Amino acid sequence: MAENMSVVINVNGAGRAVSVEPRKTLADAIREDLGLTGTHLGCEHGVCGACTILLDGEVVRSCLMLAVQADGAEITTIEGIADGDDLHPMQSAFSEYHGLQCGFCTPGMILAGIDVVSRNPDPSPQEIREEMGGNICRCTGYQKIVESVQAAAAVMSAEGGSA
Amino acid sequence: MKPAVFDYSAPESIGEALDLLAEHGSGAKVLAGGQSLVPMLNFRLARPAHLIDVNGVGSLSYISANGSLRIGAMTRLTAVGESGAVAGAHPVIPAAVAEIGHRAIRNRGTIGGSVAHNDPAAELPAVLMALDAEVTARSTDGERVIGMQDLIEDRLFDTTLGDTELLTEIRIPAAAAGSTFGFREFARRHGDFALAGVAAVITTDGSTITHAALGAFGGTHATRLPTAEAALVGAETGDAAFAAAGAGAAADFPATSDVHGTAEYRSHLINVLTVRALNDASGQAGGGNG
Ligand SMILES: Cc1cc2nc3c(=O)[nH]c(=O)nc-3n(C[C@H](O)[C@H](O)[C@H](O)COP(=O)(O)OP(=O)(O)OC[C@H]3O[C@@H](n4cnc5c(N)ncnc54)[C@H](O)[C@@H]3O)c2cc1C
Ligand code: FES
Ligand code: FES
Repeated sequence: MAENMSVVINVNGAGRAVSVEPRKTLADAIREDLGLTGTHLGCEHGVCGACTILLDGEVVRSCLMLAVQADGAEITTIEGIADGDDLHPMQSAFSEYHGLQCGFCTPGMILAGIDVVSRNPDPSPQEIREEMGGNICRCTGYQKIVESVQAAAAVMSAEGGSA
Repeated sequence: MKPAVFDYSAPESIGEALDLLAEHGSGAKVLAGGQSLVPMLNFRLARPAHLIDVNGVGSLSYISANGSLRIGAMTRLTAVGESGAVAGAHPVIPAAVAEIGHRAIRNRGTIGGSVAHNDPAAELPAVLMALDAEVTARSTDGERVIGMQDLIEDRLFDTTLGDTELLTEIRIPAAAAGSTFGFREFARRHGDFALAGVAAVITTDGSTITHAALGAFGGTHATRLPTAEAALVGAETGDAAFAAAGAGAAADFPATSDVHGTAEYRSHLINVLTVRALNDASGQAGGGNG
């Protein structure tokens, strides 16, 4: 075993210190060391999008980063987007428009959806499909996901585009 | 699905990175955006003893357009794709970058990593070949400038970079005045690796083509398409020349069969895509790369 390294990651607004082996992926550190199991792992090679998080405000695959690379970074996981008990508009829309069935892909979908709307406040269904093509869902057939993102976009723009 | 053990270094300067490469040589791997290397680590297809993470080397990330375009190896694909300087100098580059994977991949993936990884289906090696780009490689022994064709030869997932060399910069000469481009690829889903694709950059003098450079990907390796280029130079723009170039492209293209399609199908694709790319290029009437 290579020696553990100490890293400090700002997770959902709070600084957390963890001690990890260099080979530990950020996704595994989020789940195992930070105890935030909302970030899911489908493929562990970048193709499914289930592990999507925000790193310094940008969407990334947490399975394709090492935890040691996030030292000093700010990350947002699915646990960090609601305001207390008030769901984020993207979460409310997925609930209201049946954007999820089993929910495995949903954390990644929601963060990817927030990212799409943050760059394009009024995305067309086609734009949503193109932008979110890197997030795979085995259940919904995508139609409801697209509708959810569109509905959330309308709410988010009305609220002033808050991401 | 977890990486094997490795030692990890995160140098903050090019000098430190080169010293580490000199020390560890073939046992080491450079970690750039990790969008190709980390999957290989997770699958244990790559088991380097030492990982040299150059994400902390800030001096490898820049875009400078001053005559030629210079892009630091660690510049993220998102930054390359959104740069006004890059779009102004060579609009074919953002057109190609938009087709690379997905936003989350482009936010981490780097231009240097894409070139060094040299996936035969990757867009950028072929595009950069068509633009006559060169790369700078540095080691503790000094610096070399390597043309894209000499870097790639007919290799795939490999280049002529040495074990102790770091790719530091991509240099792209200024486009000829009035040149136009077309970029076409066919992938089964937006963001997937393409089955075949082509970048075409042409310059015309009125309606006569004076210069044509075509780079193709999706075959056994990235390549220029010399027969297609020869069919274009000196010809009038239009269906006859473009059809001849399409046929030439199919003859030049190192097509291969796999689960996604036969070599015959891919040769057909490159023919059709070449004609479409040339129509796009000639349709940019009055437009220029300047
Ligand atoms: C889901 C998915 C879809 C993708 N789709 C596409 C696509 O459609 N088209 C496409 O082109 N790519 C695609 N990619 C690959 C992506 O573009 C990679 O980012 C890129 O190929 C490698 O760049 P990187 O910076 O991530 O390099 P890394 O993964 O960090 O490194 C790749 C290799 O290059 C070496 N290397 C990197 N930088 C240097 C350097 N400066 N000097 C010397 N060696 C270096 C590394 O040692 C390693 O061997 C996709 C990836 C994923 C996960
Ligand atoms: S688990 Fe990271 S993309 Fe699938
Ligand atoms: S809801 Fe089951 S995978 Fe998307």
